[in-house]
Amino acid sequence: MKEGQSKISQVYLLPMPHAIEFHSVTHTLEGRDLVTQLSFTVQPGETLVLLGRSGCGKSTTLKLVNGLLLPSSGEILIAGQSTTQWDLIALRRQIGYVIQDVGLFPHFTVARNVGLVPSLLGWAAGKIQARVYELLETVGLNPAQFAQRYPHQLSGGQRQRVGVARALAADPPFLLMDEPFGALDPITRQELQQEFLQLQQRLQKTIVFVTHDVQEALLLGTQIGLMQVGELVSLCTPPEFLASTAAETQTFLEGFRRMAALSNTLYQGQPHG
Amino acid sequence: MGEFLTQYGAEMLQHTGEHLMLVLISIAIAVVAGVPLGILITRRPRWSAWVLGFANIVQTIPSLALFGLLIPLPLLGGIGTRTAILALTLYALLPIIQNTYLGITGVDVAVREAGRGMGMTDWQLLTQVEVPLALSVMLGGIRIATVIAVGVATIAAAIGAGGLGVFIFRGVAVVDHQLILAGAVPAAGMAIAADFLLALLERRLKIGAGVN
Repeated sequence: MKEGQSKISQVYLLPMPHAIEFHSVTHTLEGRDLVTQLSFTVQPGETLVLLGRSGCGKSTTLKLVNGLLLPSSGEILIAGQSTTQWDLIALRRQIGYVIQDVGLFPHFTVARNVGLVPSLLGWAAGKIQARVYELLETVGLNPAQFAQRYPHQLSGGQRQRVGVARALAADPPFLLMDEPFGALDPITRQELQQEFLQLQQRLQKTIVFVTHDVQEALLLGTQIGLMQVGELVSLCTPPEFLASTAAETQTFLEGFRRMAALSNTLYQGQPHG
Repeated sequence: MGEFLTQYGAEMLQHTGEHLMLVLISIAIAVVAGVPLGILITRRPRWSAWVLGFANIVQTIPSLALFGLLIPLPLLGGIGTRTAILALTLYALLPIIQNTYLGITGVDVAVREAGRGMGMTDWQLLTQVEVPLALSVMLGGIRIATVIAVGVATIAAAIGAGGLGVFIFRGVAVVDHQLILAGAVPAAGMAIAADFLLALLERRLKIGAGVN
């Protein structure tokens, strides 16, 4: 009983000096290191973007944060407490989780999907509904129109908005986003990126965001962590990342520069006026 | 035809009733045992090969032999309805366990991960997400089991458990086609009806689960 009470009280101890800390974290599966010796810190209100190619261990890193995976060695502190010490159910309920394939429950309405964590936390029905409507407004979906729809009745962009609303439902201090805009068309993606920035300015969540898109990383991150075969090879701010001459960074920036050069050429080719 | 019905009508009704009871009781027991077992092996993957293997082996025993083999069993065995229900239940287990297992393990990984990642307990994940999404597949297993049971239950007559098999065995013994049909036609009708009704329910559930 005492232990349970102390766990609940920890919920309100945020923010701690470091929101998320990784100390030499390695995760091994069947003798293979998925991530190796990861060390980094995400301060409260920061957005760490983990950038890297498919299979480099970005998603594994996210799952280590909310305890879907536990470190084989090293330690992960969330709000000052190791993920091996946390009551994982309680921990996950204060970490919003948005994944690439959205993972909306196909048999739940939009309203029930968004209200899931509040209902797990035992909120009253009226309070849940008010919160759901508020959040649907926040992510730009008209509640009267969308609350009672099922996920299969939505477009990809709308589903992704619902996914974001669901992650924000219980107002968690942390957000984990695993390529949330990866499957969207470029225009919808840009819209959602802009809305993400506005939202983050207002909400000041501590975010770990995974992407393979360097442009997205530069736009959304306050820090960019570049990952390669399970290792964090560089960790810096977007301006530092752009200025970096390291070989790993160059591989990613090459495509970005080529696009910039192309648009420049095309633009100058246009008659002025 | 009319003459046949006046002579055998009452008996046909009686045996159809017996047949229906044999099927309903054994399917009910198989569901009560098989669904939790199917769910259990999704949580204990190491047991799945054993449980499914056992159910598979039972399924391969010729039905007439299974009825015969159960007779000498103490308590459960003997001649009559109880033994027949036991045999039918054993037959029905495989499709029910298997479809429960497949239905639940077939739930989209992203959906399951989202549920766990948002802090659902295993029980909440099971009851609110996995079972509702697996329900139509699970029901498919029950449908297959029911159709098989209707057919196999005709053999129950061989161990004195009654049912429509009584006509069939008697008809074969005295080489009377009308008697064989008096057993076979209602049994076939029952199988078709069960298949149709359960398929209808299955489709309803699929739509309810928001999957097109």
